[in-house]
Amino acid sequence: MTTDSAKTPAAGRMGYRFNLVGMLALAVILLWGLVAIFAHLLIPYPVGEIVDFDYFGPMSAQFWLGSDYLGRDMFSRIVMGARYTVGISVAAVAIACTTGVVLGMIAAVSGGWTDTLLSRFLDAMSSIPSKLFGLVVVAAVGSSIPVLIFTLSVIYIPGAYRFARALAVNINAMDFITVARTRGESVFYIIRSEILPNILGPVLADLGLRFVFIVLLLSGLSFLGLGVQPPYADWGALVRENIGGLPFGAPAVMFPSIAIASLTISVNLLIDNLPYKIRDRSSQ
Amino acid sequence: MTNLVEIRDLKVEAKTDSGRIVEIIKGVSFDVAEGEIVALIGESGSGKTTVALTLMGHARPGCRISGGSVKLAGKDMARLSEKARARVRGTEVSYVPQSAAAAFNPAATIMEQVIEITRIHDLMPPAEAKSRAVELFRALSLPEPDTIGDRYPHQVSGGQLQRLSAAMALIGDPKIVIFDEPTTALDVTTQIEVLRAFKAVMRKGGIAGVYVSHDLAVVAQIADRIIVLKGGEVQEAGTTGQILSNAKHPYTRELLAAFEPKARGAAPLVSEARPILEIENIVAGYGAVQSNGLPLVCAVRSVSLTVEKGRNLGIIGESGCGKSTLARTIAGILPTTAGRVIFDGQELAPSASKRTHEQLREMQIVFQYADTALNPAKSIEDILARPLTFYHGMDGATRNKRIAALLDMVQLPSSVRNRRPAELSGGQKQRVNFARALAADPKLILCDEITSALDTVVAAAVIELLKELQRELGLSYIFISHDISVVEAICDEIVVMYAGEKVEQLMPSTTGKRPQHPYSQLLFSSVPKLDPHWLDGLERDPEQVRAYCQR
Repeated sequence: MTTDSAKTPAAGRMGYRFNLVGMLALAVILLWGLVAIFAHLLIPYPVGEIVDFDYFGPMSAQFWLGSDYLGRDMFSRIVMGARYTVGISVAAVAIACTTGVVLGMIAAVSGGWTDTLLSRFLDAMSSIPSKLFGLVVVAAVGSSIPVLIFTLSVIYIPGAYRFARALAVNINAMDFITVARTRGESVFYIIRSEILPNILGPVLADLGLRFVFIVLLLSGLSFLGLGVQPPYADWGALVRENIGGLPFGAPAVMFPSIAIASLTISVNLLIDNLPYKIRDRSSQ
Repeated sequence: MTNLVEIRDLKVEAKTDSGRIVEIIKGVSFDVAEGEIVALIGESGSGKTTVALTLMGHARPGCRISGGSVKLAGKDMARLSEKARARVRGTEVSYVPQSAAAAFNPAATIMEQVIEITRIHDLMPPAEAKSRAVELFRALSLPEPDTIGDRYPHQVSGGQLQRLSAAMALIGDPKIVIFDEPTTALDVTTQIEVLRAFKAVMRKGGIAGVYVSHDLAVVAQIADRIIVLKGGEVQEAGTTGQILSNAKHPYTRELLAAFEPKARGAAPLVSEARPILEIENIVAGYGAVQSNGLPLVCAVRSVSLTVEKGRNLGIIGESGCGKSTLARTIAGILPTTAGRVIFDGQELAPSASKRTHEQLREMQIVFQYADTALNPAKSIEDILARPLTFYHGMDGATRNKRIAALLDMVQLPSSVRNRRPAELSGGQKQRVNFARALAADPKLILCDEITSALDTVVAAAVIELLKELQRELGLSYIFISHDISVVEAICDEIVVMYAGEKVEQLMPSTTGKRPQHPYSQLLFSSVPKLDPHWLDGLERDPEQVRAYCQR
């Protein structure tokens, strides 16, 4: 005997539930993603061109988000900046998480010497302060986009490794892994087919969190002048360039900061409010 | 007023994650008189624990009492405020949980926890509470009653801890005690002592009890009346004698039938008795190998046994006797320290990773908990497909046909193919677990306590299935269990293990042959019988009990 309650909010056809905050966050992330992809179609003025006679100009119909310290259009610069910020961060987080998770699972499944060597090596790496490491690498080999991506991913591999290893160790103790081992399966099969599907949810949440850290670190490096080099600029570099406008409350320094905040907060909110599957099947 | 507890038309509902309301208790009514012990029995999910918890006015998270009344000594527990309920809990009604080990705080001494109720309710000064606790320890026949309270929970055995949790429940002088499967996690030899202690204390104090269990034989020993629950409804109620001798409801009869001793029947005649598995003087354990050649913790000490083709071997013993370690050693999960495993004429490498593909295929192991033995992220189809691809290189239509055949063999509908393990019941999961082993076309299957996590009726069906498959496929089983009746129902030979050693090998089919070894005698005599007078009439040699029960 069951009584159906009123139609549940946002219960999709697939039997997933997704709340409003999560949906809003996803919308903001998708928006920034689209902006990054179609940036060249959206910009009203070329990014490097001085178009305003005033500097730190106010918002107007002509310059939607005002102008920067040289009189360049801020809207165009932020839209193009999304490419660098989102693009570099996505590439770095993909490399960091893939490497970290794969190594973490290998360590958990293999155990013994492999585990000890990998764990100690990555522990040693995580003891290096991230900003300092970034500074040293960029100072040594100069700043370019591949170097930035490589540096950021190396900094975040140990964290992803620790997280994945901790999850995989728990799964590895389950009987179905023992069954797979006594069947004679290879380490590669156990990792891909038995462990990965069971840790995927938390790993994706961790990926989101790590993306936020990378955006912030990239912005921090750019703010210090070690990130994307002029005339191009990511959001962190835009904040640095226009920091002189802060006493005037210029939109040129506010909007890049808002862009960074909106992206990182949205990713955070999304991973806290991921859609979850409704297990109660008979309600469908 | 004669009835201590009056439950009328009790309804409990739960809210699922899609917001749907499900009624899990559908109008249950019963009474408990002063000093009477009423048992609630039924399979898992029948609502027996949920009903018992409402006596304390408690519903588990996500559930609520939605209708009816639970009158305890005139107070309706369903209507009381949380504060008023807290006053009643511990003083008028108290609770003995299934797992005492999880209910005790490992960081505080036992005495502190036993007298906690008197402190919370400010019933008596600590010195008086302590002397009362010692009296209870004595009444529950705990060893060293004067000093056992100074120990920490890990310093006493499981059976002792269960009795200590009863002392904790009884210290506030309650009118009624709820026992939630208190002996399910204990060995049969220990269970007897605990049951005896409970019964004596309850009788002496004239305390009423509600005893939740799925084990009819245990309930028969302790309860005055039995209430059979299924699907949140009372199926049948009556005195213990009535239920046992004259059950009306088909479900109750099914429960009783699961207890009928089922003989193994004539062993299938095999033309040539050829051993499929021989193990010789196996030593196995955990930790580094010591200078004397033995592992740090030695779980299996020099065990030898033989399994003949098409015949079944049962291994029984209490928890910690090394029976599961033996199975893991045979399967190569835990390499042996010494000794040989000879399978189908070939000597096997100690570790599974060194054995050949064919050797691994021909010997399969099935684990106790189907929940952890099946990958929750995969569909049943994927789970069964893997061994087919891996061992037999099947794919496409042949594999599909074979999966259908396997599901058919274990009597599961083909609709389960696309489901995940979490969407199946316990018995169905265990069948999938078994079908995966069959997919390899093995010659020998090691069954490690495969029926222990199942309800009596479901377990009986699984055993029937195993027998039928054996007739069809000519398999051999090694059947490990602590449940003697299950082993007797399926095995041609039984090995009794104690403290890592094989103490005796028996043939249940040869009638008249009684266990010779004192431990086997104790073990066999400790299995509860359906007769309500069995516990009172049971005589055990105190020498044997002292020697073999860690109590």
